[in-house]
Amino acid sequence: MGTLSQLAAESFEQLAMPHFDRLYNFACWLTHDRQEAEDLVQETYVKALKGFPSFQPGTNFRAWIYKILRNAFLTSRTGLKAAATVPLDLEGEEEMLPAVEETPESILLQRSDGQFVQQALEQLPISYREVLLLCEVEEMSYQEISATLAIPMGTVMSRLSRARKALRNGLRPQSQKG
Amino acid sequence: MVCESWKAKLDTYLDGELPEQEMRTFDAHVRGCPSCSADALTRVQMKRAIQVAGKRFAPSTDFRRRIEQSITPKPQRSFRLGWMFASATAVILVVGTLTSTYVGSWSGKDQASRDHVFSEIADLHVATLASSSPVDVISTDRHTVKPWFQGKIPFAFNLPEIQNSEFSLLGGRMTYLDQTPGAHLIYDVRKHHISVFVFQERSLSLNLPASLDENSLSPKQLPFNMETWSQGELRYFVIGDASAADIDGLAKLFKAGS
Repeated sequence: MGTLSQLAAESFEQLAMPHFDRLYNFACWLTHDRQEAEDLVQETYVKALKGFPSFQPGTNFRAWIYKILRNAFLTSRTGLKAAATVPLDLEGEEEMLPAVEETPESILLQRSDGQFVQQALEQLPISYREVLLLCEVEEMSYQEISATLAIPMGTVMSRLSRARKALRNGLRPQSQKG
Repeated sequence: MVCESWKAKLDTYLDGELPEQEMRTFDAHVRGCPSCSADALTRVQMKRAIQVAGKRFAPSTDFRRRIEQSITPKPQRSFRLGWMFASATAVILVVGTLTSTYVGSWSGKDQASRDHVFSEIADLHVATLASSSPVDVISTDRHTVKPWFQGKIPFAFNLPEIQNSEFSLLGGRMTYLDQTPGAHLIYDVRKHHISVFVFQERSLSLNLPASLDENSLSPKQLPFNMETWSQGELRYFVIGDASAADIDGLAKLFKAGS
């Protein structure tokens, strides 16, 4: 490794390690398996380090490395399986979701237990789960989400809306589900 | 449903993604509309619930270390550095030859006993770092680590102030040498782990000189750099794969702080 590439590696480490905990959390949510999540994060860091020379300084590093992780997931066995069983792109399938009454104080106030929310998140199709996590947990802007998921901003907004609706439905008592 | 057009944009508003002017208009509307403000409150609660529930998984320290090691740049040995390294090796060989003459004056039995102790210390260092939980008290604060040993070992010792140094404290654990309880502290310097062992001198049935830079005396025995000395009836060992200068630096901090 030459001096320049050594400097690049040091700079990569400084940029990449602050995202480590959150990348791992996100990987766990995608894979539902800690060992697989570790493999995925490891692969992400190896690929990101290798591809770091192509990263444009001044652009969004977080979106860049999350995109690498997501792409690595999509080509993993679990990712391919998820894509085979649940369509990754659910755009235009809004009619499949049951209508949810906007009942302000009813749903969450009654079922705000963290475990319920975690279970409801787990039940979501992966494309809904990831967009919600990127927005609410990672607190990414729509623009960052758009760059991470490689989808237009309009799609980010509509997918988020459907994901929230699906989550609200998942949190409703069984008897009230559509 | 009232305020249908407003509610269609409520999530975007709460995500802070509406244009500035529209955000202000929305603010004013939500403040004055009981239906929209109640809806907004529920959605904010939902956002918070997802935020809390979503931060669910934390990586292990072992995994973090593995990743850090995999991306840490390997030290580059340039031609010039290579010469410096070769020169340093030559100096060490000369010093080693001279000092081994001095060491040769010790009795063979004492030397074997010392080598055994140093080997034990090296084993304790390696076995601890290989463990999935190397420290029992995890803290970078010496005021947390030191009191943890109270009642666990039959002596007290001081931990040096390291705030303005390159060293960081990772934590500590109890250890045993020669059936004697002692303190084992782990420090970090530029990704190298250094162990510091502290024992009561009189409890150890060892015949060690008051001060000894083991690195320059017995390199064939240890793949690590090490220093040991006796101070205030306590025996200290500092060992690690960090440079001799780093080992010496940490040893000096202990000597000054004890």
